[in-house]
Parts: sequence; structure tokens; C-alpha cells
Amino acid sequence: MRIFAYAVAGWLVLVGAMGILRSRNLIQATVSLSVAQSGTYVLLLAIGYQWEGRAPVFSPGSTPTSDVVDPVVQAMALTDIVVSATVTALLLALTIQIEKTHHTVDPDKLQQLKG
Amino acid sequence: MSRRARLLVFALGAAGLAVMFAFAVAGMPPFGTSEHPYRDLAVPAALQHRTANVVSSVNFDQRALDTLGEEVILLSSVIGTAALLRPTRRESRRPATRGGRVSDSTTLLSYLLLPVTVLIGLDVVVHGHLTPGGGFQGGVVLATAVHLLYLAGRYESLQRLRPLSWYVWTEGLSAASFAVLGLVGLALGSGFLANIAPLGSFQSLLSAGTVPILNIVTGAAVAGGGVVLLAQFFAQAIGTTQLPTRRSTS
Amino acid sequence: MYRGSASDLAPLAVALPIVMACVVLVVQRWASRRLADLLAMVAAVAALGLCVALVAAAKDGRVVTWSGGWEPRGGRSVGVVLVVDQLGAGFACLAAGLTCCALLYSWRYLETAHGHYHALMLLFLAGMIGFVLTGDLFNMFVFFELMGVSAFALAGLHIEEPDSVQGSLNFALINSFGAYLSLMGIGLLYARTGQLGFAQLGAKLAGHPADGLIVGAFVLVTIGFLVKAAMAPMHFWLADAHAVAPTPVCVLMSGVMVEMGVYALARVYLTVFATSIPAPVVQRTFLTMGLLTAAVGSLMCFAQRHLKRLLAYSTIAHVGLFLIGFALLRPDGLAGVALYVVGHAGVKGALFLLVGLLLDRFQTLDEGKLFGRVGGRHPACWMFLVAALALAGLPPSGPGLGKAITEEAASAAGYPWLSVVFVLVSAVTGAAVLRAGLRVFLGQGHRPGPIEPAHQIGAEPKKPETEHPLRRTPSTMLVAIGVLLAGSVVVGVVPALAQAVGHGAGFFGDQAGYVDQALFAVPATPVPASPATWWSRSGLLLGAASTVLAVIIAGISLHVGSPERGRFLSRMIAGFELVRRLHSGHIGDYVAWLIFGAAMLAALIGLPLLP
Repeated sequence: MRIFAYAVAGWLVLVGAMGILRSRNLIQATVSLSVAQSGTYVLLLAIGYQWEGRAPVFSPGSTPTSDVVDPVVQAMALTDIVVSATVTALLLALTIQIEKTHHTVDPDKLQQLKG
Repeated sequence: MSRRARLLVFALGAAGLAVMFAFAVAGMPPFGTSEHPYRDLAVPAALQHRTANVVSSVNFDQRALDTLGEEVILLSSVIGTAALLRPTRRESRRPATRGGRVSDSTTLLSYLLLPVTVLIGLDVVVHGHLTPGGGFQGGVVLATAVHLLYLAGRYESLQRLRPLSWYVWTEGLSAASFAVLGLVGLALGSGFLANIAPLGSFQSLLSAGTVPILNIVTGAAVAGGGVVLLAQFFAQAIGTTQLPTRRSTS
Repeated sequence: MYRGSASDLAPLAVALPIVMACVVLVVQRWASRRLADLLAMVAAVAALGLCVALVAAAKDGRVVTWSGGWEPRGGRSVGVVLVVDQLGAGFACLAAGLTCCALLYSWRYLETAHGHYHALMLLFLAGMIGFVLTGDLFNMFVFFELMGVSAFALAGLHIEEPDSVQGSLNFALINSFGAYLSLMGIGLLYARTGQLGFAQLGAKLAGHPADGLIVGAFVLVTIGFLVKAAMAPMHFWLADAHAVAPTPVCVLMSGVMVEMGVYALARVYLTVFATSIPAPVVQRTFLTMGLLTAAVGSLMCFAQRHLKRLLAYSTIAHVGLFLIGFALLRPDGLAGVALYVVGHAGVKGALFLLVGLLLDRFQTLDEGKLFGRVGGRHPACWMFLVAALALAGLPPSGPGLGKAITEEAASAAGYPWLSVVFVLVSAVTGAAVLRAGLRVFLGQGHRPGPIEPAHQIGAEPKKPETEHPLRRTPSTMLVAIGVLLAGSVVVGVVPALAQAVGHGAGFFGDQAGYVDQALFAVPATPVPASPATWWSRSGLLLGAASTVLAVIIAGISLHVGSPERGRFLSRMIAGFELVRRLHSGHIGDYVAWLIFGAAMLAALIGLPLLP
């Protein structure tokens, strides 16, 4: 358990890179990028975890305590998610335009930028 | 490069990175440790500003500058997507075609869920400083709610309910007001993006000072941005034709 | 009530372009194009003014601003801090100044994307300013992404050009992947220290010998910045993006965005890792990578005939030189690089705009198709040639001064042979630009043949970026080019500027002072008298040498036909073709090289530190 979450995070990043590398469709490449990014979520949340820590939200009636999982990494993960959504939107928009101008979304067939 | 060469380069690099990452993980503190120095500062700081949701306090009070940046990233991508998907000279927007049939049960369910989803979205935004959630999460729910109309098979009423320029203004004005609120703090001498509103009483709706205000501003920005963003893609899928052109030489 | 103080300037400089971008976005529906131009220009000029005021305010150290009023108690705080020193503020000035020139140039430009274009430019500017002013690692990542997202959209604005959308996609995908690796690194650092501010991180790591986690964090954090800086072998996206982006955007990307990567590398190393990762290791690593980048950049630059791509590869070559300058890890090296960056930005910006003029008039960027078409009487002609010579290091231009000071720092650091590298790289890139200028404007030498089918780029006619092809050059465009060129020369002839940079470089590398001032509000101690940052005799000689060499190389390449293929030469050409074929425009290749480059960096830094 000690390294399991970290190993998953590293694996997700590399497998996402692999997905971009092997993709024959730019939409797949875009999704693979999101897969790689989920590695960062896993890493961040694993770092902030604490055994038997509570959620860092003190609902009415509960007493505030410092024994909570780290709220800072959660805030960072939220930023990360927003970044992921925006980048995905831009990449998909570009993919649409590539389809219109090249009539393909297979990276192997895009031949405009050689040398 | 050939696919094989590409894989070889990648495999070499990935192996190297994996080794490096393994060394790094070996130096990590134990999983689930109770030592979190930043947390130990952030929780008392949140309580000091009477914010029950510490994550919201980090997002909108302690590290509000990050969240301003985050919201501007969203704004930037909405503008960028609109610019990238703008109709070109060769394209024309046509009225939406009526697509396939939508079953009555789907329509009914979508209509039933629409008010519920709007309420949930508003609830998540407004209680962002008290319960899990906040402007970003609630804003996404709100943007989704509007699109239940599409699921109900009413793309035309979605378009009618969605004068896009309003949403663009919502997005722009709320992003601006986030920054302006920050500047007000500066003008009052408390610092940029300082928590300047009365703090209220802990765990009640009126608490946490500017945190709920910024939550609502963010909720509006995210909802507006989400609608504009999705509208661009909808227009591509449903409402745009491309006049026939020569195929590009490739 | 409001009592103005210097520490308010930094958040204002970030917030102002953001608010104005929103205003432009909201009014663009009714407003004419002119109003959008005007609002954006006002915002950029105001931001420039704020940044200049920041440079003045940071004269004796740093301007520290805790956002949200979370001033530290006992050196601990939950807030985000902006720590502005003179080099950081100077970088912000450069970004704002270039944005002004780009907006001036685009006064009648990109008609279809109006409003969107202006808002994106302002958000891009806000991202860059925030990026250099912040004193917090995660905040830096946020502004890095803001800078990235707006740049991705700007690069792809010509949505009807096939190469434009593809180049922008390559740019977006590679840079985002790099940024996510950076975030992994931030996570690792956070796990160890529980801190995010540079000062807090530096204080926590001080005296800790580097272990696996610190090395891993350093490599991962810097990868994102190095991808942005286009360090080989992660440089592939740059030529694609620069070749296709709208011309005014190229000015910003080539002049300051790419250099931001080097800035961030220097900032992060010097404030966070300087005491744990030994300097010799970092020095060797970045000398190696800088040499590789400079070599690849200059070779590819000389082989180009697509003018924007030629300029893009020259930027890569110069980034190699900047990395070498950083690797010296000396204040005078940093000062040299800073001056070099400013001088390079002016010259390269002017060159991109001149090439943009050609595109608007002749609808092509191919050196062969443009051969002799402009004529030597156009003001663009001598501007182009002067800029080419300045790029080669002609004294007293800005790039020449930066180059001279960096060369001297290299000699003082025990690497006198680096002068040869600097002379060669500036001569080759200068020669490539000079060759193109002589062909295009004066019709010198032989006309290059048609484009080989293997390198299609530039083969298709392009649309002009203005609504109609330009028959005469608008004066706003010429003024923008003139301002950029003049700015580049001013760097080389005004000693006060160079002195200020030398002074600022002393503060930039002072880690203990940074921590004390950011966390404990200790006023900065004056740094030791800055080393002489001005032209020396050897600097003048080396500048002249590289210029003469550039003229000779350009002359040879113009007048000597394709060489008779001797055994040695043909082998060299074959080897070069191999390098050239690596630049395939294929996104999979780029990711593979990114991962490979990251592993290379990890090996260069990690292996010498293994117990």
C-alpha cells in the first residue's frame, strides 16, 4: 500500500504518453492526454491522504479539528481539473478544424509540417 | 520516424523516467502520514475566517490568486474555442436540422430533471463555503442543466433559452468582478483579494466573508463559460455546413 | 483608505490586463474594430507603465506582496506571495512592451477574429506578467497554464490554413504534457516539504543533500519550463507553432514566451534547489543540453527556406546560448543572458514583422518564390539587413552586447572555448537571415529551385493576414518594426540599462536574501559591486568577428552552387538529412522525444549524485 498509489500515478502518466504516441486518431490522443493528467490527480490526492483523516469540511454540529486530509492538495487538484477541461476543449476544437482542412484526423497522415 | 523507432525512443525514455520516479517515491514520506505542515496552517486560517469548508477557504481566501488565474484560464479557453470554431468564409450557419426521434420517457425525464438540476447547481454554489462543492462544481452543474433541453429533443428551445451573448457577458463580467473584488481589497489597504466582507458566524449561511461572494461570481462565470463552450461544439455538430471545396493536397 | 505603496503595483499589473480583456470581450459586440484596438492598446501601455514602475521600486532589492493580506508570522503563511526583483520586473516590461508593438502592428489585422484576438492577447500578457512576478511554485504553474492556453488559441487563429491548425495542436499537446510533468514535480516537492512558496521551499531544502526525491522533483518541475523553452530534444513544437501563428503572436512567442522557460528554470533552481543540487552537476547538464540545442537550432535554421520557420529555428539556437549562459551560474552570466534576451527580442520581433509584411503582399513565405520580388528601395530592405547583422552580434546592437558579456562570463568561469560556440551560432543564424534578406530584397545569388516534395511546408500559397493583400505598407506596421529595432539598439548603447541589469542579476541569485526578504521582511543587503557589464575590447572584437563570419557564410551560400558531392560532404549531408527528418510534424514522435529528453535530463543530473 505504501507505494501503490504513487505507482498508479506514474503508470497513468506513462500510459497516457503511450496512448498519444500510438494513436491513429487525434481525439484518442486528446483523451490520452487526459489519462496522463489523471496521474497528477492521483499523485496529489495520495500525497494529501491521512489514515483516518476526515474530510476538511466542518458541517454544522461537528467540531473543527486538524485531523483532516490535506485541503491544499484538493484545491490544487481542482485547479488541475479546470486546466484539463480547458485544454481538452481547445484540443478538440483544433481537431475539428484539422478534420475540416486535412480531411483526416490520423496523425500519420498529417504531412504539412515536415523539416 | 517509423512506428517502431518511435516506440524504441519512448521505451528508452520511459524506462529512465520510471527509474527516476522509483527513486523519488523511495524518498517520499509514508503514505497516509499525519504530517501535513501546510494543512496545519490552513485549517486554523480557515477557522479564523469562519469558513467551514477548508477547501473553499484555500481556494477563495488563502490562495485566491490561484483561483483568479484558474478562472481566467477558463475564460481564455472559452474565448479561444469561440475564435477557433468561428464560422469561416466558406461556411454558413444553417438552422438546426431535426435529428432522430427522442423517446417520450427521455423527454419527460429531462423536463423533470431540469428544475431539480438547476436547484442543485444553485445549492452547490451558494453553500460552497459550508458544504463540499463551490463555484466551479455548481457552475458545471448549472451549465449541464441548460443542456437537458437538448436531451429532451428541444434544440430550438435550447437556442431560444440561450441568447449566447448574454452568457458571454456573464462570463466576462463575472471574471472581471473577481479581479475587481481583489482590487477593492487593495484599495482598502487589506491586500489584493483579501477577505474584506464581514465574517458572520461560523457554519451559517452568512459567514466566511468574501468566500461565498467569490463562489457565486465563480459559479456564474463557470456556468456562462460552460454554456458558451458547449454551444460552439453544438454549432459545429448540428448547425454548420461547409460549402464544398477542393480536397487539400496531402 | 487607500494609501498607495510599491507593493500594490505587482497585483495591479496582473489584474489590469485581465479586467481590460473582459471589457474588450463585453464591448466587442457593438464596438467597432478601432475601439477594441484602442482598449487593448491602452491596457498594454498601462501594464507597461506599471512594470516600469516596478523596476524602479525594486531598485534596492525586491518588492514583496502577500496576496489576501496573509503576511507571514514567524516565517509561515498560507498565502501566495509575489516577489518582484529587477530582472523579473524587467521581463514583465519586455512582455508588455512587445505586446504594445504587436498590437500596433495588428492595428488593421485579422479582421474575422476581432475582439477575440484582443482579449486573448491581453490574457496572454496577464499570464506572462503573473508568471514572472510570482514567488510561489503552484501559482507559477497556474500562470504558466494561462500563458499556455491563450497562446495555443492565438497560434491557431488562422483556422483555414491546414498547417496552422496542425501546428497549434502540436504546440498545445506537447506543452500541456510538459506542464503536467511539472505538476507531478510540484506534488513531489509538496510531499517532502509541505510548502509551495519559493522562499519556504528554499528554506526547507537548505542544506539537505540531494536525494532521489529532490532530483526527481527538480527534473519534473523543470521539464515543463524546458519544453516551453524549446530545449532539444523537446524543441520540435516550436518551429511548427512559430511557422503558423499570426505574425504579431510570433513576436510574443519568439521574443519572450520561449525565454520565460529559461527564466523559470533559473528562478526555480536559484531559489529552491541551489543548496541541495550541487552547482557543478547543474552546470555540466545545462552546458551539454545548451550545446545540443544550439547545434540543432543553427543547423536547422540554415537549412530552411520557409522564412518564419527559419526565424523559429534561429530562436531555438539562441535559446541554446541562453541555457549555456544560465549554466555558468554566475551573476554576470545571468546579466549577459538578460541583455541578450532583450536584444534578441527586439531584433527577432522586427524580423518576424518584416516577414509578415512579405506575407501580406506576396502571399508566400518561401525564400525561392520571394526571390528578388521586393526591391532594394523599400524601407523594409535595409531594416531586414540591419536586423540580420544585429542578430549576428554586430556591435553596438543589443544581442551583440548580451553575447559579449556572456562570453566574458564564460571565460571567467573557466570555459573560454565557449566564445567559439557563441561566435559560430550567431554567425550561422545571422548568415541564414542575411542570405534570405539578400535573396528576397536584392535578388542576389542564384534563385533557389522549386520546393522538394519531401519538404512540403510553404509549398501552398498562403492567405494574407490582412483582409486584402497589401499594396502599400501601413505606417503603423513600419512604426512597430522601427520601435522594435530601435529598442534592440538602445540596449547596446545605453550603459545605464546594462548597469541596472548587472545590479539586478546580483539580487536574482541571492537565495538567502530572497528568503529573508520574502518571509521575514528583512531589507535586502546591498549586493557586491556588480561586475562590469559593458562592452570590452574582446567583446567588440568577437562581435565584429561573428558579423564578418556571417557575411562570409551568407556570401558563400549565395554564390557557390550546390557543392560537388565529395565523399565527406555527402556523408555530412546524409547525416544532416537524418536530423532533418526527425522534425516530422508527427505528434507521436514529439511525445517520444519529450519523454526521452526528460530521461536524459534525469540521467545527467541523477547519475553523478548516486551514492
